[in-house]
Amino acid sequence: MLTYGEYGGRYVPETLIPALDELEAGWRAALADDGFHAELHHLLTTYAGRPTPLTLADRFAPGKRLYLKREDLLHTGAHKLNNALGQAVLARRLGKRRIVAETGAGQHGVATATVCARFGFDCVVYMGAEDMRRQRPNVERMHLLGAEVRPVEFGTKTLKEATSEAIRDWITNVETTHYLIGSCVGPHPYPELVAELQSVIGRESREQVLAAEGRLPDAVVACVGGGSNAIGIFSAFIDDEVRLVGVEAAGAASLGTGRAAVLHGARSSVLADDDGQVLDAHSISAGLDYPGVGPEHAHLRDTCRAEYVGATDEEAVSAFHRLARTEGILPALEPAHALARALELEAELVVVCLSGRGDKDLAQLA
Amino acid sequence: MKRLAIYLMCGRKTPELAAAAVEGGADLIELGFPFSDPLADGPVVRAAAERALAEGMRTRECLDCLARTRALFDVPLVPMTYSSLLEAYGWKRFETDARAAGANSLIVADLPADAHEELRRVQLVAPTSTDERIRLAAERTDGWLYLVTVAGTTGARDELSPALAGLVERVRALTDVPLHAGFGISTPEQARAAAELADGVVVGSAALLAADGGPEALHGYVASLRSALDATVAV
Repeated sequence: MLTYGEYGGRYVPETLIPALDELEAGWRAALADDGFHAELHHLLTTYAGRPTPLTLADRFAPGKRLYLKREDLLHTGAHKLNNALGQAVLARRLGKRRIVAETGAGQHGVATATVCARFGFDCVVYMGAEDMRRQRPNVERMHLLGAEVRPVEFGTKTLKEATSEAIRDWITNVETTHYLIGSCVGPHPYPELVAELQSVIGRESREQVLAAEGRLPDAVVACVGGGSNAIGIFSAFIDDEVRLVGVEAAGAASLGTGRAAVLHGARSSVLADDDGQVLDAHSISAGLDYPGVGPEHAHLRDTCRAEYVGATDEEAVSAFHRLARTEGILPALEPAHALARALELEAELVVVCLSGRGDKDLAQLA
Repeated sequence: MKRLAIYLMCGRKTPELAAAAVEGGADLIELGFPFSDPLADGPVVRAAAERALAEGMRTRECLDCLARTRALFDVPLVPMTYSSLLEAYGWKRFETDARAAGANSLIVADLPADAHEELRRVQLVAPTSTDERIRLAAERTDGWLYLVTVAGTTGARDELSPALAGLVERVRALTDVPLHAGFGISTPEQARAAAELADGVVVGSAALLAADGGPEALHGYVASLRSALDATVAV
């Protein structure tokens, strides 16, 4: 029943199980259908802007060969669109025309609102009231794209509660609605589905670094909130001798300081107390401000295939400024955590997933 | 006679409230062990869980509450909670300690019938459940089946769910176990209409709101449900 070693599974009310079965069957059928892959490839190349470049950042990291995988250049400004497009094609195959989603930093909400506009779907995005305040530009973008943004006013008023509310909406409207989850979390088959849709980041990075350097990198580094950009880029290097480094926000280190618990439908490593009650996460970055993490990351940690470290708010902000001044790139605060750790990593050839751009964070940095 | 189950959240005053509910005619008390992220619950139960957690009601305190409630009356007591609490406490240990504290069974709102089959508990089925899943839940359930009347979370609705009749019909064709309908039942009229279809009803959110008014208010509310159910028997 568990999907990744001791992690994963389906810890959801019975009402959702048939929908998850339907989703899994639809997903398997799509994967086996060349038409699905062709349509997604067409959208990724002609609409989203793939492949994204791999940029050498030699002023940012002198003495290293540090490459940035430029998901910040993807349409809507973050890697989230890879997943949203794939799930939109899947939702249409399943006959669902209403989409619900959760969002933290707003990047997944914007990506979802974007694909809903493109596909003509009704779109409802749940967002914590606290996140709406600190990520105002993304709220306005979602409105312009025709999405309804529903503020979540209780609990932590951040991504954790927004996710719970999106799942409750899905339970209530399950016959007509597809839940477009934004990260590799949630009940099976979501973690696997999102990882597969984000694996395009890793496939391109592998080809690009081989073309540029003639060898595989020593390390691949990515930030981890729920962990979708990390799992996407890790996936292409998992069978190689390449260090995989996930960087969590120090105040939201589900893998670093968490314990096995059940949150949002899966067993994973969660910031929780001795009684299994989920704790609040704290990060300057709304996209990392989540007390859970994808179950596959918990498994990669336990099996020592990937290592997970933390970066503080201050370290991320400092890396943000350094990238801006040395490379002319404003990264989102989320991948700024990865940049902070990549800089000091004992590795010569490094690929960092620059998962999104920083325009949304300007208010945080002022 | 139709069975009436009342849901209350564990808290300092819960034993006294539960006794009032039994006095008012409840046949079974479900005791909520609060969880920080209760996916199956609507606003009323969720807010009650938040309050209980703020009051310090963690697993051990809830087991104490269960034991103190058990000391007051004999009707069945069934803890209702979420997987994360069992995961942290230990699945088997939770079952053992809950039984020792006086629990007659257990409900885990986010644990479908095909997971942790060793854990004896009341299983839930929903209007979306396939016949195959209903059969599995009926086979594994502990005494009765919890029929979730709506696709949705707990909490009052204006009308009794039109999905209940069809669900009861499908479940009856597959099993003989008693069926209790819950989610969205708040008024005596809805309780009576649900009881005409099922063997009993579960009332949660509306009971919590009544309990906010104290034991007497809860007693009066439960008694109104009891009379409505007893009127069904006469039909």
